[in-house]
Amino acid sequence: MLDHTKYLTEIANNLRKVVLKSANNAGTGHVGGSLSEIDILTALYFSVLNIDPSNPDWENRDRFILSKGHASLGLYSVLAERGYFSKELLDTFDQTGTKLQGHPDMNKCPGIDFSTGSLGQGLSIGIGISIGAELRKKNFKTFVLIGDGESQEGQVWEALMYAGVRKVKNLVAIFDYNKVQLSSMIQDNIDLEPFAEKISAFNWNVIEMNGHDMGPLESSLKKAYHLSGGGPVAVIAHTIKGKGVSFMENKFEWHGKAPDSRQLAEALAELEGGQAK
Amino acid sequence: MKMNLNDNISQRLAFGNALADLGSEYRNLVVLDADVGPSSQTKIFKDKFPDRFFQIGIAEQNMAGIAAGLSTMGYIPFISTFAVFMVHRAGDQIRNAIAHPRANVKINGAYAGLPTGRAGATHSAFEDIAIMRSLPNMTIFEPADAREVELCTRYALEIEGPVYLRTVRCDVPVIFPQDHKIIPGKALILTEGHDIAVISTGMMTARALEAEKILRSKGVSVKLVHMPTLKPIDKEAIQEAAETAKTILTIENHSVIGGLGSAVCEVVAETIPCKVYRLGYQDIFLESGDDEELFEAYGLSSHCIVKKVLEILNK
Repeated sequence: MLDHTKYLTEIANNLRKVVLKSANNAGTGHVGGSLSEIDILTALYFSVLNIDPSNPDWENRDRFILSKGHASLGLYSVLAERGYFSKELLDTFDQTGTKLQGHPDMNKCPGIDFSTGSLGQGLSIGIGISIGAELRKKNFKTFVLIGDGESQEGQVWEALMYAGVRKVKNLVAIFDYNKVQLSSMIQDNIDLEPFAEKISAFNWNVIEMNGHDMGPLESSLKKAYHLSGGGPVAVIAHTIKGKGVSFMENKFEWHGKAPDSRQLAEALAELEGGQAK
Repeated sequence: MKMNLNDNISQRLAFGNALADLGSEYRNLVVLDADVGPSSQTKIFKDKFPDRFFQIGIAEQNMAGIAAGLSTMGYIPFISTFAVFMVHRAGDQIRNAIAHPRANVKINGAYAGLPTGRAGATHSAFEDIAIMRSLPNMTIFEPADAREVELCTRYALEIEGPVYLRTVRCDVPVIFPQDHKIIPGKALILTEGHDIAVISTGMMTARALEAEKILRSKGVSVKLVHMPTLKPIDKEAIQEAAETAKTILTIENHSVIGGLGSAVCEVVAETIPCKVYRLGYQDIFLESGDDEELFEAYGLSSHCIVKKVLEILNK
């Protein structure tokens, strides 16, 4: 079990480097949110989700929607590592003609279950998939990863209200609660607290944990997976924006910026230095 | 539904019945409503297929998103609410979760244009076509009568990809016979003529037909072109009208900015430039009041159309 957790942690740590290198190569990318979500995505794609990368359209697969579509690099790096497409494609990120658009495009990139980019929309789409699955008598799960800043969008709360009232089954909303948005810390913007209580009041089952501590993270996601059979589950993952690179951590300035070569070398050195817990 | 020529039947009733009829044939048709079902008549579908009807509440954005998700599961969602809230409140969702991904979602913009039941400015969608027409991947229908509402509702399901169906609240005379046919993307030539080409869409076509009769009795020869599809627009029909009549008058229950009038101008400007006059709402917000009094005030009664044509032709 410990080996398994260590294995996942190592994958995530490696993917942090992939994210940084790809962003540096492209000269663009949202590294802050990609680094905060990477442990969650690793746990999902390497352990929790029932998927088949060789058959991305498999009808019984679990679905995943990156509602915070700007953090696409995190998702692309996980999908490449999992074999949805060649890792070389990461070098084309955000470049003219690429399958790896700045925001995920389901009609261009294998493994993208729905296109996203405009914030606040993923959970509604996830509800639609879950309702459709229930009509078709399928039991797969739908996971939606939502940003905390994104949760200032009204549509997120429309969707939370609907799913809570209708007890939508097999739906899990994960909140990447990294406390930082584009222009400021969340608490200096429109704060979400008391976040868990609000979602709970919307009739969701709420699980909270550290979104970087791989063991509890993985077990919480698995718990959510099973609990969601009875109604919607929210996972509030407390994370750190820019996690793993000290000069990026908790800095809104790193929301949508790529490291230059010097910064990349510094970041990689820090990650090589064994940040892995 | 049963209807005869010249019956006055509301498009919303025709839409509600068409959905309920198509529900038997299309087992993957699902209908989503944002609390206006008794008005937009989707309740007829709800009563017949309660398991495939989803009340989303007054949350148009969520409704559009849920529909997008449902479409990935092989369902054909028809979302329906008042056009003004559909296109504006859920505009971002229609753009990014439906049009861009080419989600197979059908959109009913009910209560389009002026006839909103005296609801006034906030409820009158006079710019929905302008917005929807600018979205790639979007097909747009604006049926003339209850008969065409049935045909367009069916075509909406047959066409793969996003479709916007624009319907009105008020009664409109049935102008087409039972064997009426339309082809998506194609205009219908209702009368041949050479003095002027009148191009109309939606409920305005019934008025244009009335006007044509009056004009004919006055010796004016009108080529009347009806456009139930606004996107893709029938360029050939517009070019032919420009060639034949040299002068075009467009008529629509919509702003003159961005709708049929604009679409016609775009085509002739690039092909056969000619004089185009546009009847519609002249860059104004609409007001509350009796439908017919308002149509008269905005120049959209058949009598106003006659007057406009005579004015254009200096007669």
